[in-house]
Amino acid sequence: MNINLTLFVQMIAFAVFAAFCMKYVWPPIMKALEERTAKIAEGLAAAERGKQEQELGEQRAVEVMKEAKSSAADIVSQAQKRYNEIVDEAKRDAQAEADRIRHAAQAEIEQEANRAREELRERMAQLAIAAAEKILQKEVDANAHRDIVDAFAQRI
Amino acid sequence: MAAELTAQQYIQHHLTNLTLGLHPEHGLSFAHNAEEAAEMGFWALHVDSLLWSFGLGYLAYRFMLGVAQKATAGVPNPAQNFFEAIVDFVNENVRGSFTAKNDLVAPLAMTVFVWVFLMNLMDLVPVDLIPHAFAQLMGLFGADPHHVYMRVVPTTDPNITFGMSIGVFLLVLYYSFKVKGVGGFAAELTMQPFGKFGMPANLVLEGISLFSKPLSLSLRLFGNMYAGEMIFILIALMYGHNLMLDISGGVLQLAWAIFHILIITLQAFIFMVLTIVYLDMAHQHH
Repeated sequence: MNINLTLFVQMIAFAVFAAFCMKYVWPPIMKALEERTAKIAEGLAAAERGKQEQELGEQRAVEVMKEAKSSAADIVSQAQKRYNEIVDEAKRDAQAEADRIRHAAQAEIEQEANRAREELRERMAQLAIAAAEKILQKEVDANAHRDIVDAFAQRI
Repeated sequence: MAAELTAQQYIQHHLTNLTLGLHPEHGLSFAHNAEEAAEMGFWALHVDSLLWSFGLGYLAYRFMLGVAQKATAGVPNPAQNFFEAIVDFVNENVRGSFTAKNDLVAPLAMTVFVWVFLMNLMDLVPVDLIPHAFAQLMGLFGADPHHVYMRVVPTTDPNITFGMSIGVFLLVLYYSFKVKGVGGFAAELTMQPFGKFGMPANLVLEGISLFSKPLSLSLRLFGNMYAGEMIFILIALMYGHNLMLDISGGVLQLAWAIFHILIITLQAFIFMVLTIVYLDMAHQHH
């Protein structure tokens, strides 16, 4: 247990060891640690940013959905209106067509009736003439008495 | 070994360093016993302490350098993880105790912690293992195994602990002069705590407090490790007599080794923290 040269040799070794650690070991490991710290901080910030962006996106999505819903409702109501219009138009058209057909039919019926009446009148005139012939026992000149027959037929 | 030697001789053998030096009669040679080592005086080297201290320091340096050179900011491998834990631990202590700005302190504190821890750790190697193996090995080269000494725990050698604490002390003096200036440092030593009229008393008090720093730093480490080693040696004395003693010796050795893990780490930690604190005090302005 003597104090001797060993002390100074150890002192020098200590200085050398500390100097080498300071020069070659400490800086790279501190650099790595600091870089990792920066990296982690960056990652956390990016995550935070991403979260915010996601929230923004969600908000936008809600807005877009609202817009889409309202525009869909618009479209539906427009379609409803247009549908009503079309139905109304069709109804009107059908009514008009029906009226037209009815008028045509009525006109035809009237025409038929007139014609029938005319024929009937003529037949009655003939019958009247025939009856008058029988009554008068003589031939009546149909042409000579056309005025009378016509006037008669007119009265029927 | 205990069978061939008396207990006193056995302990003496374990507490003698492998000393290389200039003996007044034999010239440059290894000391054959403690008396010869003492006769060598100052010009002698404790080869065992220095070899273990250098070897462990070199091993730690190679490991740390290897990790540092491959250090990545990405996912660290296990070695880097381990080393980063140490660096973080040291850094936290430096941040907590050291208020000034100095890039030397953190790496110095790490060096102190790692090196002292490794040197202390040698205490956990069974006391006879390496000395006995070394003696047998030297015996092959014609040396007398009984006069081959080998102490494997460098921190049980006051030369080693004083070497480190005086290194720290020189740094304390250097930074005291650098930061406070010669006048400032002189004023700190002489002007307090009693004011300028109590100058001699101030100088005595402050001088004692200044020189007690390296003394307490090295003696605390040396004392703890020396006592721990001594207990291991005493426990080792129990072996080889009868079965009962062998078993109780084994149990005691295990218990002491487990307890000693705490002391080993604690002493390395204290040495590191005090280094930081002393350097911080050197950087303080008054």
